[in-house]
Amino acid sequence: MIEAGKIVKRFGDFTALDDVTVEVEAGSLTALLGPSGSGKSTLLRVIAGLERPDAGVVRLDGVDVTSVPPQQRGVGFVFQHYAAFKHMTVWDNVAFGLRIRRRPRAEIKARVAELLDLVQLARLAKRYPAQLSGGQRQRMGLARALAVDPKVLLLDEPFGALDARVRKELRVWLRRLHDETHTTTVIVTHDQEEAMDVADQVVVMNGGRIEQTAPPRELYDHPANEFVMSFVGPVNQLGDAFIRPHDVELLLEPNGSTQEAMVQRLVHLGFEVRVELVRDDGEVLSAQLTREQVEALELQPGQIVYVRPTRQTVFT
Amino acid sequence: MIGRYAVRFAALGYLTALLALPVGYVFWRTFRHGFWPAWHAVTTPEALHALKVTLILAGIAVPANTIFGVLAGLAIVRYRFPGAGVFNAVVDLPLALSPVVVGLALLLLYGRGGWLGGHHVVFALPGMVLATMFVSLPFVVREVVPVLREVGTEQEQAAATLGANAWQTFRRVTWPAIRWAIAYGVVLTTARALGEFGAVSVVSGRLEGQTESLTLYVQDRYQAFDDVGAYAAAVVLALIAVTTLILMTALKPKEETR
Repeated sequence: MIEAGKIVKRFGDFTALDDVTVEVEAGSLTALLGPSGSGKSTLLRVIAGLERPDAGVVRLDGVDVTSVPPQQRGVGFVFQHYAAFKHMTVWDNVAFGLRIRRRPRAEIKARVAELLDLVQLARLAKRYPAQLSGGQRQRMGLARALAVDPKVLLLDEPFGALDARVRKELRVWLRRLHDETHTTTVIVTHDQEEAMDVADQVVVMNGGRIEQTAPPRELYDHPANEFVMSFVGPVNQLGDAFIRPHDVELLLEPNGSTQEAMVQRLVHLGFEVRVELVRDDGEVLSAQLTREQVEALELQPGQIVYVRPTRQTVFT
Repeated sequence: MIGRYAVRFAALGYLTALLALPVGYVFWRTFRHGFWPAWHAVTTPEALHALKVTLILAGIAVPANTIFGVLAGLAIVRYRFPGAGVFNAVVDLPLALSPVVVGLALLLLYGRGGWLGGHHVVFALPGMVLATMFVSLPFVVREVVPVLREVGTEQEQAAATLGANAWQTFRRVTWPAIRWAIAYGVVLTTARALGEFGAVSVVSGRLEGQTESLTLYVQDRYQAFDDVGAYAAAVVLALIAVTTLILMTALKPKEETR
């Protein structure tokens, strides 16, 4: 279990973390989600001991580690740009933590073999990091961090430098890995889809503060404020009301509670179609429909339709 | 295609005219009368003593400046301390300053009537060591700093989270990353230490058989119209430098995997 209480961290005049309190349950997978500069990476580095907070307390499994150096915290850390030891083979990279701990040779051999199997790099054990793809390097980074049986696993935008397809693969794979090992895990990401996909609990950060902490579904359905609402998914704003594109209904006839709008563009995203609309007062909004719905309405660009929100949120 | 050959030709021509020709000429003049006259010229007691002095100078200056260079490089790149910018600039001073100025400065400081005068520094080996260290100081720092910057701190942070203490991190992560930069810096430092003339000349007092390094010996022989002696000693200097270069190239693996 990770507890970070009332953490303050400043870099010169910039306040990266402004009185932040987070609790991560043992065995859970938590995502720190936010735009760049929101303080999410700094918070992760404070938990790892790579940054020293100006104020506040960090506890791991109930033990105050605020002034304990990273070497003795028992955390595994995975870096966005891999931080691979370039002059070492994959095998030596993974064995690094065990060698530092002076484990018996046979134990190191067995443990590294097991981890390389786990991350599917056994065949590439003798390669150097430069000879691996980005996805392979990051799997190596993960194996290296897991080798020392960390109490908590911290991942700083681990898939940020990878292309979209590999990202998704590794995301699914990370979740499966977590379901097997149940290591308490914190992942930093600016990608809301990644956070919602992989995490049990999402902490939304903005401007060095926490906006909301909730499971993905609750975050989506009951966002605490405007920022969370617009950050965790696409959103239309009509006056004070916020409406998700899939909560916009399109009708061919007006029915009293509808508003007139013109279809500007149809964007086909496989099964779903995004309909971009513009109202006569110039406000732009988008609706998310299925292909069948679009075909039934026979929507065409330039067509006039009538818009009705089926669900909307107003923050007071 | 023609352009490419023209560039190669120009580069080679430049090298030949400026480097190969003069050095080759020295070799040719040395061995014009065969190997043995040259051999006898560099095995006189004076020549051997000068060689010994030069090796002592390099033997102290090179290790000292290597250790200083690595520490200074780490300090400049990894730690923010007040005056870091000034420190970084001052390291380059020996490159900018004429060696004669360095020699005079040491003479004034340690000579008779100087602030630190009267300790057998000037006109003795310690002064020559100081002068050699001074002029060969920047090379390791200048090689190490850009490499340390490029490597960044993430690998070191990764080592820290994996339990490595400062020394283990240096030995297993930082050192392998910078060792070739250090090696190259050592070669440059060695070359400079061997070849230093001006500063050493001023502080040595040029007592033949006592405070004469090989470079000073070369000039001494030349002025005494002992051409073979001068050329042969020059060839010895060149051979030591070339050996250092070859050693480094031989030790360095053909293809560093990075």
